[in-house]
Amino acid sequence: MTNNVIKFLIDGKEYLAKNGTFIIDVARESGIFIPTLCNIPGIKPRGSCRMCTVSVNGRYMSACTTPISEGMDVRTNTPDLIDLRKAILEIMFVEGNHICPVCEKSGNCDLQALGYRYQILVSRFPHQYPKRTIDALNPHLIKDHNRCILCKRCIRTIKDEQGRGFFAFHKRGHKIEISIDHSMNELLTEEVAQRAVDICPTGALLKKESGYQTPISNRKYERTPIGSDIEHAHQ
Amino acid sequence: MEKKKPIVATTSLAGCFGCHMSILDIDERILSLIDLVEFNKSPINDIKKFTEYCDIGIIEGSCCNSENVYTLKEFRKNCRVLISLGECSIMGGIPSMRNGIPIRECFEEAYMHGPSVKGHNPEMVLPNDPELPMILDRVYPCHEIVKIDYYLPGCPPRADLIYDALAALISGNELKLPYEVVKYD
Repeated sequence: MTNNVIKFLIDGKEYLAKNGTFIIDVARESGIFIPTLCNIPGIKPRGSCRMCTVSVNGRYMSACTTPISEGMDVRTNTPDLIDLRKAILEIMFVEGNHICPVCEKSGNCDLQALGYRYQILVSRFPHQYPKRTIDALNPHLIKDHNRCILCKRCIRTIKDEQGRGFFAFHKRGHKIEISIDHSMNELLTEEVAQRAVDICPTGALLKKESGYQTPISNRKYERTPIGSDIEHAHQ
Repeated sequence: MEKKKPIVATTSLAGCFGCHMSILDIDERILSLIDLVEFNKSPINDIKKFTEYCDIGIIEGSCCNSENVYTLKEFRKNCRVLISLGECSIMGGIPSMRNGIPIRECFEEAYMHGPSVKGHNPEMVLPNDPELPMILDRVYPCHEIVKIDYYLPGCPPRADLIYDALAALISGNELKLPYEVVKYD
């Protein structure tokens, strides 16, 4: 019975979708933007960044891992939710060393773009300034741990033909980091490196010898907020 | 009697003066700004000390040494409203890239082993004169030292953002933040 079409509410409006579809996918197809950082359409969701938190029948759930069910009442934009999202973003900004002026990804960065969309002017939390390293051993790829938000996008998507990942968790607890598996360096071609850079929502993964390709003012989030493509597709 | 113009003071702490350049980047609107406000202590007019209580204090840059902290506290004492202008002031910015690196290591790189000083400091002297401001253990954003009232991000903040913010503050109108002006780079 999983293919049944069911009725449910998003922000008070009635929608129809197949039972079992994730809230985030229905919202995206219906022109409702729910911010995400770790979610990638078509890849099994992990719910690690919590940016997509929505209210489901009054409870806060991550929209990327929660399937819809009959009569569900989903709220995506209450003032409390917006404040919660801002808080999550601010935590991400203080938890690492996100110095936008020196980052090659600036202007094309999802984390920064969400900061712009929610107009975060300052973080309410104290900056941690953790001591992190930069791994530039790979001939094609730089991994800057200062900018990594541990979303696992690269771990989940960048794999070789046999399904072996190029990226893995390293260390534990608050020292955890996502590292390049250097034993796979020979298989990590320029093309794989490019895919990894494109999937990274921040400037944690950068391709060597190719920075600042797009001139300022032509960059992805320069004029239009992140999510406007989703919202405008349905107007 | 003519109504007294609001008084503005500005300073650059651990910054690059880029934000002050951006203040000047309001172009011909600087003429209308001069009509609206009066400048007190500021590098723009080279007034070194506060001569009266100010309405608006604009802070560029973060706090990296004791003098920055002193200046910032002076601004808090002498200004009704303080604005953090630019990334350094708000989150430490580029100066804060030294946070996490021990001071000795920073000094050795800057005065002994760095490519621009190598061989020019044969006695390996580190600056340690009591006249010099003490460097802090790390770089602090301004709001971790004193209360800051408003924040204008950007590196530098867009000239339009600075002008609109000042105009809104002076006129008492709500500041509108169009998407294009709030940027972190």
